[in-house]
Amino acid sequence: MSAAELEERAPGRLERTAIGGVLVREIINFSSYWRSTTFSSTVEPTIYLLAFGFGFGSLVAVVGGYDYIDFVATGTVATAVLFSSIFPAMFGTFIKYKFQHTYDAILAAPVDTEELVTGEALWLAMRASVYGCTPLLVGLVFGLDPSWGMLAVPAINFVAGYGWACTGVAIAGWLKGIENFNYVTSAVITPLFLVAGTFFPLTGLPGWVQALAQLNPLFHCVQLVRHAAFGWEGWADVWNFAFLIVFGLVMWRVAIAAMERKLID
Amino acid sequence: MNDRAACDPFEVPSTAHALELSHVVKRYGQITAVNGLDLVVPEGRCVGLLGPNGAGKSTTMRMLTAQTIADEGQITVLGHELPGDSKAARARMGVVPQLDNLDTTLTVEQNLVVFSHLYRVPKARRKAAVERVLKIANLGQRRDSKVDELSGGMRRRLLIGRSLIHQPQLVLLDEPTVGLDPQVRQELWALIDLLRSEGVSILMSTHYIEEAERLCDSVTIVSHGSVVAVGAPTELVAEHAGRDAVEIYGSPERLVEVEGEMVKEGFPTRRTGTSIAVLGLDDADGRAPAGERRPANLEDVFVLLTGEEIA
Repeated sequence: MSAAELEERAPGRLERTAIGGVLVREIINFSSYWRSTTFSSTVEPTIYLLAFGFGFGSLVAVVGGYDYIDFVATGTVATAVLFSSIFPAMFGTFIKYKFQHTYDAILAAPVDTEELVTGEALWLAMRASVYGCTPLLVGLVFGLDPSWGMLAVPAINFVAGYGWACTGVAIAGWLKGIENFNYVTSAVITPLFLVAGTFFPLTGLPGWVQALAQLNPLFHCVQLVRHAAFGWEGWADVWNFAFLIVFGLVMWRVAIAAMERKLID
Repeated sequence: MNDRAACDPFEVPSTAHALELSHVVKRYGQITAVNGLDLVVPEGRCVGLLGPNGAGKSTTMRMLTAQTIADEGQITVLGHELPGDSKAARARMGVVPQLDNLDTTLTVEQNLVVFSHLYRVPKARRKAAVERVLKIANLGQRRDSKVDELSGGMRRRLLIGRSLIHQPQLVLLDEPTVGLDPQVRQELWALIDLLRSEGVSILMSTHYIEEAERLCDSVTIVSHGSVVAVGAPTELVAEHAGRDAVEIYGSPERLVEVEGEMVKEGFPTRRTGTSIAVLGLDDADGRAPAGERRPANLEDVFVLLTGEEIA
């Protein structure tokens, strides 16, 4: 075998082999840290679920027409997706770029930035897809009624997770120092997390906040998961899903632009 | 989308040069890191890019993988024009970076498996490719060791081995032995020598004179981003420094005095700490100063041509 023999096919854009190579690297690496990641990605949303569900739930039995524990269980799915995609993307990307120089090694191989970002985001979306189901499973244990629609939740998680992962990569690509992540976490992620209908319905908030929430991808993820569990709502869910798809596509291109700016000079 | 990704279908072209840079310029704001660089690596030859820190060596190396895009000039690697066709070129070359970028939590074997995927080694040949590299890098016994358990020399061997996983036609070595002790350096030289004997084209940046003299068929000396001399090490020494140099020791005042006299006589000189080396003595006849004779070397050439001491 020689390099020339391997070059039977012309390289192009977004090649499956290149994206696959990036994914293989992530999967093999995951074997060395899956325990800690799985622990934090499942225990944290579970604590949220139990604390809000049983703590606040003892004061408020029904919210938005749902038992509060059911309301929170479905809402926390979206939170789990957000946390298990955007934070690993932000910190992982920055560390691999700045400290481990991993991307220099990958880009010296026949892999382009576009494929690198796509592979990284796909992997995080897969993880978010699985980890995001944890609150739902815990909710089932605590009385949430199963439904066929719940089978769509991993797919919803994947699409939302892909968008959040790309957002995290873009943030890592645009910011110069890891300490600047604090600004993003406090000023962007926390408000998005709180104003998404996760722990309380948005109907009690001022009109302008409700309008802004329509631009929050997490809100659309919460809505979709909730409707998957309790009953689809037709065009409203088509809109929710379309929003997540567009969010993912836009952030994918933004992430690629940010990383090209960072990695190619 | 950067030009780097704009790859068109191609045929593997034949070329007598593994890589060629022509009038390449790279600027960072007001700083010109590479200034009209011309460089050729003939197929099957090892070429050294010799220069001090900041000479533009690493920038040049990054331009060859299109991680840095030249502002001016042409770059051709294995017949592919960069940066547009860089992906095709990267598939056929290996890169050993100056900075260790191994996956430290993975084992030696896992690192190689990852790169066998990234370099598109067919599935049926992946296992054999990993075994071949483990043998070349002499890491078979440590295949299950995590990288962060390896010594510095082993990590360097793994980095070199990783770059060979797809049997590249061209290998870029960016300061391959920097920071290593002499014994480990000797081990790596043997490994690089093996590549040379197998006909792999090599471009090696270094600031170690001995490394360039020992391994390179020809050397391109760069300073401030420009080429100041090109040739085989022995030819460069003969052309610019002559056969012998005379080292004259003395007080600083005496050295200044000697330097002035020798310059007046038309001999190039070089300050070497506690002494001054007088060069270009082949036609000196009786004008050669008294002092300790030694063979002239590549370092003398470098200092003569650039005015800079090399590390």
